[in-house]
Amino acid sequence: MNTIESGNVAAAMAVKLARAEVIAAYPITPQTPLTEKLSEMIDRGELDAEYVAVESEHSALAVCIGAASAGVRPFTATSANGLLYMSEQVHWAAGARLPLVMCVVNRGVGAPWTVWNDHQDAISQRDAGWIQLFVKDHQEIMDTTLKAFRLAEEVSIPVMVCYDGYYLSHTYMPFDAPEQERVDRFLPPFHYAHTLDPSHPENLNSVTMPDTRTDVHGETAPSYMDIRHNLHREMVQAIDRLEAIDAAFRELFGRGGHPLMEPWRCDDAEFVIVAMGTLANQFRDVVERLREQDGIRAGVLAIHLYRPFPNDRVQAALAGVRGVLVYEKALSYGNQGPLYGDVRSALYDCEPRPAVENFIVGLGGAGIRTGELYRTARQACLEIGRQETPDDAPHWVGLGV
Amino acid sequence: MSDPIIEIRWHGRGGQGAITAAKIVAEAAFRSGYGGAMMAPTFGTERRGAPVHTSLKIAHHRITDLSPIETPDIVVVLDHMIMGEVDVTAGLKPGGLLVLNTPRPLQRCLHPDYRVAVAPVNEIAEQAGLRRGIVNSGIIGAFGRASGLIELAVLTDCIEREFSGKRPRENAEAARLAWERTEVGSMPKPVAAAAR
Amino acid sequence: MTRDLFEIMTSNAEAGPGDAGRTGSWRVERPVIDLARCTPAKRGKAACHLCWLYCPDGVISKDLEPEILLEYCKGCGICAEECPTQAIRMVAEAEFVEE
Repeated sequence: MNTIESGNVAAAMAVKLARAEVIAAYPITPQTPLTEKLSEMIDRGELDAEYVAVESEHSALAVCIGAASAGVRPFTATSANGLLYMSEQVHWAAGARLPLVMCVVNRGVGAPWTVWNDHQDAISQRDAGWIQLFVKDHQEIMDTTLKAFRLAEEVSIPVMVCYDGYYLSHTYMPFDAPEQERVDRFLPPFHYAHTLDPSHPENLNSVTMPDTRTDVHGETAPSYMDIRHNLHREMVQAIDRLEAIDAAFRELFGRGGHPLMEPWRCDDAEFVIVAMGTLANQFRDVVERLREQDGIRAGVLAIHLYRPFPNDRVQAALAGVRGVLVYEKALSYGNQGPLYGDVRSALYDCEPRPAVENFIVGLGGAGIRTGELYRTARQACLEIGRQETPDDAPHWVGLGV
Repeated sequence: MSDPIIEIRWHGRGGQGAITAAKIVAEAAFRSGYGGAMMAPTFGTERRGAPVHTSLKIAHHRITDLSPIETPDIVVVLDHMIMGEVDVTAGLKPGGLLVLNTPRPLQRCLHPDYRVAVAPVNEIAEQAGLRRGIVNSGIIGAFGRASGLIELAVLTDCIEREFSGKRPRENAEAARLAWERTEVGSMPKPVAAAAR
Repeated sequence: MTRDLFEIMTSNAEAGPGDAGRTGSWRVERPVIDLARCTPAKRGKAACHLCWLYCPDGVISKDLEPEILLEYCKGCGICAEECPTQAIRMVAEAEFVEE
């Protein structure tokens, strides 16, 4: 069914189609309309779920952890400082291998207060052990959220679906909401390997020793480091699994095909712009202009899967280009953009190694003007690789003073 | 870009329903065959009564640029008093269309650079049976008539759907009356090529 | 759904002795049950068993005459603290040196 709704409503519709059974969330701009919509759906009896009103984001995720442990499908969503307030449980959920899905409606992190968009909130949690997916439009919010539930439950690793606050959350655009019957065929009932069983009492995520220990059955139980190594290994394996799930999705719904990253006009590109979220879509117009007005063969690579980072695929996508321009809405303060560091690292073994430039844009919702993106990208394409000593400090686009 | 994006900026006051109006037009445009429709409200901290604006872009192709409109083709103003506070025509393309809700006659609103359309939407809305100050359904009729982009029947259908349970018929009637009573000025001279 | 590739390793512990090895050697004091005061032993039917419930190491049996698995009992004293009839007494290990 085609419809025009806000991005938050698209997310709520996806959660409903996924038949989430427990919703626990604390309101925070720009996430609020998403959880309001879910509470309305439950109130009207359209969604058979328990809405748990909590006093904080920390509790919201704690409720979801409890729900998943008890064997039901939970959902939560947050933004910015709310995500940081839940951070302790974010790390916990990953270590406990809980198949959770959370929408992060990306917003800049205070201080100073901002309600507007950037990616610092999600990026600050990139090393927590969650799978992180970034989307570009409402259709991707819908489809990726559905795929996220299946991915989380197949690999038993929590998944964040990250979408830009306001740019997507409060913007209206057309998208297709699939029929329930087909979603049911795509997404099997909830499964968690360590569901609590009253007839077989267990202490979940009990204390580990620095080394292995012998459990009550006399068997060797893994140490903390074993468990964490296993999380890492299986998170890397989740890359292939996401591709398989996307293929299954495409077969049923006829959409998808770029679960890890989406290249656009990259086939003959000498220069590739790398970005995440709506920014990557905005660059399509820039790329058109660079090609038409300047004869610069440019393309854009939208990264969808940020963690686990698909290093070899990024390398394959960018090998052979002259220059890579990484535009991002987050910063590792005192160093550089996190995505820039990831991309540069992925390209380290390339021969010849493409030049990589870093641009920081749109922090705290700073206006991202398409014309300004065009001017900075054009200049970088003309100058890249010509500097005597390449400078890896980020360029700031859109400063006011 | 193969075919142009029509950029429409809506000015109103917080609580007046400019965003709902733009959303209804987005829906109607989509149902009229514009595959690309994108409506982005002013982002952030709107308060009741404070000037707000929202960006609506429509095109026959998919719209990927979500940045706010800087050079609109059409500007719609839900409250003419706002023009004392906000430069509503900022960036409006020469020869572009300015749609005003105002009790003033067209002759007093003409502008050398833009095509102007006026309708006394407050009065019309009360005639249609709406509570005083409900102007967001009526202005859609004025917009539809002046722009010629979308048929009245599609607009009123989308209005009834959006206002289901909130006087749908009266809201549709306000749009219908406004459509009839909208006065549209002629193209300013010299005729600018930018109007599309 | 295939999970063959995925081991999904977590740390789970079941109630029972020995999750931290042979902890009996950690003991400074040993719990000793006076069956004359112990509720299930006295009544001859399943009742109370609070010592069994509270023991953090699961080393007390849920029998009419509860037995304590000294190979694993750390001597924490929780059973003695919780016993409503004060049937359990903590006795210094030094008194059992001969054994």
